[in-house]
Amino acid sequence: MNILNFFRKPASAPKARERLQILLAHERASRGEQDLVARLRDEILAVLAKHVPIDGKRVRVQMDRGAQVSTLAVDIEIPFDTGVRAA
Amino acid sequence: MGKAIVVTSGKGGVGKTTTTAALGAALAQGDQKVVVVDFDVGLRNLDLVMGAERRVVYDLINVIQGEAKLAQALIRDKRLENLYLLPASQTRDKDKLTPEGVEKVMTALKKTFDWVICDSPAGIERGATLAMRHADAAIVVTNPEVSSVRDSDRIIGLLDAKTAIAERGERMEKHLLVTRYDPTRAETGDMLKVDDVLEILSIPLLGVIPESTDVLRASNLGTPVTLADARSETAQSYFAAARRLMGEAVPITIPSEKRSFFGMFFGRKAA
Repeated sequence: MNILNFFRKPASAPKARERLQILLAHERASRGEQDLVARLRDEILAVLAKHVPIDGKRVRVQMDRGAQVSTLAVDIEIPFDTGVRAA
Repeated sequence: MGKAIVVTSGKGGVGKTTTTAALGAALAQGDQKVVVVDFDVGLRNLDLVMGAERRVVYDLINVIQGEAKLAQALIRDKRLENLYLLPASQTRDKDKLTPEGVEKVMTALKKTFDWVICDSPAGIERGATLAMRHADAAIVVTNPEVSSVRDSDRIIGLLDAKTAIAERGERMEKHLLVTRYDPTRAETGDMLKVDDVLEILSIPLLGVIPESTDVLRASNLGTPVTLADARSETAQSYFAAARRLMGEAVPITIPSEKRSFFGMFFGRKAA
């Protein structure tokens, strides 16, 4: 901070950030469903990993789009020796 | 079995080739056996940045077409005996780059080398998708600037959908490398901060490379920046990124503004 800040043009980075967030939210939504599935897998994994140790390779996420109803199948293998019992 | 890494970005001019050469030389200095592979058929430049442009005899397309053996096309670096280059073709048609051919070459390279670092062409066409297709991990090179961040987001989408790993239903390992970062401009609010880029792209950070004259100087000389001046801030950032890539827990340092005594009063960057 110094006295010259007074004469400076307003910062442009916050504007860039805001524009990107809006644009990318829109672009991500319109991308193919494979993309959506990959993102869902990443986020589901991140949440689960907080509670149980899981192997990223033992996870399958599959989406079936129907006319009336779509289904999302999530298949996660939890190793035996984690001390967490499957419900 | 070695690890294949694709250096990608979508946008051109963000530092893919500089990064490929710098990380390749950094890993090779850490006693790793490394090959850097140019996928930019028709617009090859990795040979020039590596200083091997006059030693190219055979290239990736020759190997794929069976006109040369892999060992004939590999160029050994004159400075680092663990470092090799597989150049792209400058004259051939990029349609000669076939998925089967690329897979064969990648499998062969992974048997011989600890690291196979693939320099992707810009864009999202054939060359770029083939460069990422058989990778085990990706480095997404991004400048703190709107068009680069947008293109990186698109590339992240492709990495999660159009790669062999993704098609097997597994997860592609992705790393963000922020390059051409100018701490002074970030501080004054005229450049996106590293945290902004991280929040938007949400993949783990591999490192931050400051904007620097070292990069142009190194490419003028045909020397990877981690060999040209290993003590420079740029080289040090690349060395740290290479160690993180090898799994070492090296804390990330974000380049900070260097201010002179007068700068404290006038807000100018020190020379």
